[in-house]
Amino acid sequence: MTLYSAIFYVLGIVILTATALAVTRRQPVHAVLYLIVAFLGTAALFFLLGAPLLAAFVVVVYAGAIMVLVLFVIMLLQRSPREFGLLSEWGPATLLGVVFLAVAVAMVFKDDRSGIVLQGAVAQPRDFGRFLFDRYWLAVEIVSILFLVALVAILHLGKRREAGDDEAERRTNPVESSSGALDPAAEQRGINSHGVKEGHR
Amino acid sequence: MIVPLGHVFLLAGLVFAMGLVCLVAHRNLIMTLIGVEVMMNAAAIAFVAASLRWQLMEGQVFVLFILAVSAAEISLGLALVVSVYRRTGSIDPDRYNILKW
Repeated sequence: MTLYSAIFYVLGIVILTATALAVTRRQPVHAVLYLIVAFLGTAALFFLLGAPLLAAFVVVVYAGAIMVLVLFVIMLLQRSPREFGLLSEWGPATLLGVVFLAVAVAMVFKDDRSGIVLQGAVAQPRDFGRFLFDRYWLAVEIVSILFLVALVAILHLGKRREAGDDEAERRTNPVESSSGALDPAAEQRGINSHGVKEGHR
Repeated sequence: MIVPLGHVFLLAGLVFAMGLVCLVAHRNLIMTLIGVEVMMNAAAIAFVAASLRWQLMEGQVFVLFILAVSAAEISLGLALVVSVYRRTGSIDPDRYNILKW
């Protein structure tokens, strides 16, 4: 066993342990913290498998941006639904995962060529970027359009509900105009007053 | 020189199965989104391993696009969660029964 394979198995154990701890937490905050460990292990694994640029991107995008975003939203929501560790909830899910895993393992190890030992190679960031913009520049542009679409959708979702809620709350009960969480009854009132407002226009 | 290809695929499959269990079992929309992220992470590991196996850079390019799609998905998903929380006051998907008669 060479040094590289030892590093791989250690990283694999770290990733699996952190992910297993993350998916079984009840508190989303704890799950996100364990998941950051899993993503850092993934970044190190990418570095080992010869993708240093992708390792940097995983640290920046996954462990940095996305997880902080999730933490902010958890902070905004402040209430988690009660979860029970019942067999009726976790049993079918675990069964699904085990069945999937059995099929995947059978498919991977049925092929003799899965025993081929990987040869070490490194894609230098310069070569990678040149390759990307040389041959897949159209896909990069399409991804930028995807981001634009996501941005527009997020602005739409955030802005319209906020304006509608403020109007509705001010019309129905001016006292509780700052309450963020609405029950379904208040939501129906919001829809009605919004419809009235549309009618006036 | 490093490890057999099957072991990397086994690692990716284990992580993917955990993400699947997380996606199905939890009744919290944020944990559901985290499960999707874990599954995308597993797919990225498999793609990088395949890229090293065939010594082609397309696998790494695809991982870059997986990263981009994952970022767009999680931001849009969280915006939807916040929006639906404002509507109903809950992030439990079992309680979204406004359309049910």
